[in-house]
Amino acid sequence: MLDDIDRRLLRRMQDDPGRAVPELAEHAGINVRQAMRRLDRLREAGIIRGVRGVIDWRALGWEVAVSLRFTLDKTDPRAFDAFIAAAREVPEVIEIQTFLGRVDVRLNVIARDMADYQRIYRDRIVTLPHIADIEALMHVATVKAEEWLPV
Amino acid sequence: MTVELDETDRALLRALSQNAAQTASQLGRAVGLSQPAAWRRVQRLWASGALAGRRLDLDPEKLGFGVTVFLGVKLAARGRVSLEDFERIVGAIPEVQRVEHVLGLYDYRLRVVARDLADFERVLRRRIMALPGVGSVEANVMLSEERLPGPL
Repeated sequence: MLDDIDRRLLRRMQDDPGRAVPELAEHAGINVRQAMRRLDRLREAGIIRGVRGVIDWRALGWEVAVSLRFTLDKTDPRAFDAFIAAAREVPEVIEIQTFLGRVDVRLNVIARDMADYQRIYRDRIVTLPHIADIEALMHVATVKAEEWLPV
Repeated sequence: MTVELDETDRALLRALSQNAAQTASQLGRAVGLSQPAAWRRVQRLWASGALAGRRLDLDPEKLGFGVTVFLGVKLAARGRVSLEDFERIVGAIPEVQRVEHVLGLYDYRLRVVARDLADFERVLRRRIMALPGVGSVEANVMLSEERLPGPL
């Protein structure tokens, strides 16, 4: 189980995963060797899975982001698997989530502009299998995006 | 302004989005560059804004967060509610991981983590429903998630 020192290390790392171990150690009130041992343990336990670079798609020219929410035709037991396998093949799909609720699946889709979005939507999205209904939420602005866990 | 990338930049971005803790020499080996050349390109990706940051990837379940819920929030009294107030207060709730202003059926899309469904209910009732101007809220409990490399 985690203690307060582990939590302090994790909070500091979430704030900036690029911080050096001596700085993390100082913040947690332990020495560098102890900090390294704790970080190793957190990695071995699979609690820390890694550090991911965050790509700014807008800076790269993908100006449009849409959250597409699908209800699937669940009369076919393979509907989920078939839909997700096909969605993975669309390069502009950057996230796939499945849900328990009114929405079955959500795709996060990016496009260069509205014309590009229209092309992706017509050629790649509405052609996905087993769709019963689609709702779109057009992304306007990101208010908070760190995805920290309140450890 | 759009950042122009060549094939090597794209390979570096793909590698960094998987693992941003790699050294310049590891990255260089992965894409066929010398260590200094890889370092210069990575610096350029940061400076151009193509790389927006680093995210520590933690296993939520191992830390006791068994539930992730996506919420669609519709504001009730539009025009009277200050969006800035709503955004400031909702963004300060520790369990709220993501807040996006959207157009469509809802005004805001939230990603919320909780220890379990009872804990989620507490967050929903005491924090989310108490926000200024909240009208209807739709909740969908996440079952699985995958993040894909995107069109690089």
